[in-house]
Parts: sequence; structure tokens; C-alpha cells
Amino acid sequence: MDQLVTYFAMGGYAVFVWSSYAAAAIGLVGALVLSWQGWKAREREFEDLRAARRGQETQ
Amino acid sequence: MHKYANPTQFIRIANAVLPWSTAIAVAAFVIGLPLALVFSPPDYQQGETVRIMYVHVPAAWMSLMVYMVIAGSSAAFLIWRHTVAHLIARASAPLGAMFAAVCLISGMLWGQPMWGTFWVWDARLTSVLILFFIYIGYIALLDAFDDPERGDRAAAILALVGSVNVPIIHFSVEWWSTLHQGTIITMDGLTLSGDMARPLLIMVAGFTAFYVSVVIIRLRAELLAAKIRNARQSLAAAE
Repeated sequence: MDQLVTYFAMGGYAVFVWSSYAAAAIGLVGALVLSWQGWKAREREFEDLRAARRGQETQ
Repeated sequence: MHKYANPTQFIRIANAVLPWSTAIAVAAFVIGLPLALVFSPPDYQQGETVRIMYVHVPAAWMSLMVYMVIAGSSAAFLIWRHTVAHLIARASAPLGAMFAAVCLISGMLWGQPMWGTFWVWDARLTSVLILFFIYIGYIALLDAFDDPERGDRAAAILALVGSVNVPIIHFSVEWWSTLHQGTIITMDGLTLSGDMARPLLIMVAGFTAFYVSVVIIRLRAELLAAKIRNARQSLAAAE
């Protein structure tokens, strides 16, 4: 337990070390999630348009 | 080279690359993070803050690499009118801005305990901040015109003009006196001991592979967006 506490304290620099890794994690994971959602949204939009186009052709 | 300008051909290659780049990114983070955070030694001067380097340097490296991709793609777009090249630049820009932001934030978080200040207006820090602003300007210009083609060309020209900043960032630590340390990775090898170089190189590989995977996903979205625009136009024309 004490060892874990010492580890997370990072020699007194815990705030700086962990904030840096948090910033990197937020940046990378955020970019991944937003990019994935953007792609899926475009895919749905494209499918809707295709359906609309088929509807137009059958009219 | 011109055969890769065909979007269908290009996305086929990109889709084949995606599982590999993703596997490399996952493996690099699974191995690299424990090495960076646990198994690498503290520095004899910097103590545990040296661990910030394992995210700071890869982010800095990527912010420059992505910029070079954007500048190269923008040149190909302006010279040969390669749409795929432009879409690569467009898909890359938010990622480059994110890497530059992570670089700046982690650098500030290292600067406070080690230099005694979050920020100094020296050549390296200022030129990276300018890089971040160029990314933001590029992204803003892309959609700033009613005619998308004008925005695309204006942004591409900004990307080319802004590339003058890349060598300034790289050589800033040699040209001007600065608080920032010199280059770690040089042509002659590393100025770093092996147990610090290993996690650093693994994290650089992870960041690079991560960019490749995410930019492919973004590229799919960009290609679909172009198809959607065309479909809308033909739908409107038919009405």
C-alpha cells in the first residue's frame, strides 16, 4: 500500500506528471471518439440519401 | 504516384493498412506506457518529471510530422489537383492541432517544476505556439468560403506558406539561446540512455500508428462527405 502511495506521488511531482498523461489521454481518446462518430454519422447520412434517391426513382 | 489519386484505389489501400496500424498502436501503448510510467528510471536531475517526456516528445514529433503531411498534400493538391491529397490534409489538420496542444500542455506542466515557470517566450515555445495557430487558421479557412473550392485552395496556400515554420521549430534550439533542451534523436543516434530511449521510441511509434489509424477513419468520413455533396446536387437537380 505504502509503495503504491509513493509511486503515485511521483517524488512530489504527481500533479505535473499525471496531468500530462491525462492531457495526452484526453487528446488522443477524444480525437479517436470524435473521428469515429463523424465517420458513422456520414455513413448514416449517405444511406438516408441513397434511400431518398431510390424513392425518387420509383416515383 | 498518380494512380493513388483515384479515391477508390486509395481507400482500398488505406483499409488494408488500418488493421496493421491499429495493432501497432495498441501494442506500442500496452508496452510503452508501463515502461514510461513504471519501469524506466527517474532522471538524476529531473527526478520523476522525466516521465512527462514520454508523451511530450511524441506529441511534438507528431505535430511536426502531421504538418509536413499537410504541406506535402497541399502542394500535390495545388499542382496536380489531387482531391485525395487535399482530403488527407483536411483529415489530418485537427489531429495535428491536437498533437500541438498536447505538446504545449505537457511542456508547460514540465516547465513549471523544472524551470520554475509554465511559459517563457523563447524561440522553441513561441514557434510551436505559432504552429498551433497555423493549424487553427488552416482549419478555419477550409470552410470560410461559400465556394468550397476557394476555401480549399486558400487553406492549401496557407499550409505551404506556414511550412517555413517547420525548420524554425526544429533548429530554434540551435539558432537562438533557449531554455529548451537540444535534440534528443539525431542522425548519430540518441543522446539518451537505453532504458529511457526504449519507452520514448515505443511511444513515438505508438503516436505515429495512432495518427495513421485515426486519419484513415477521418478520410473515410471526408470521402463520404464528398459523395453526400454530389448526391445532394443530383437529387436537387432531379427535382
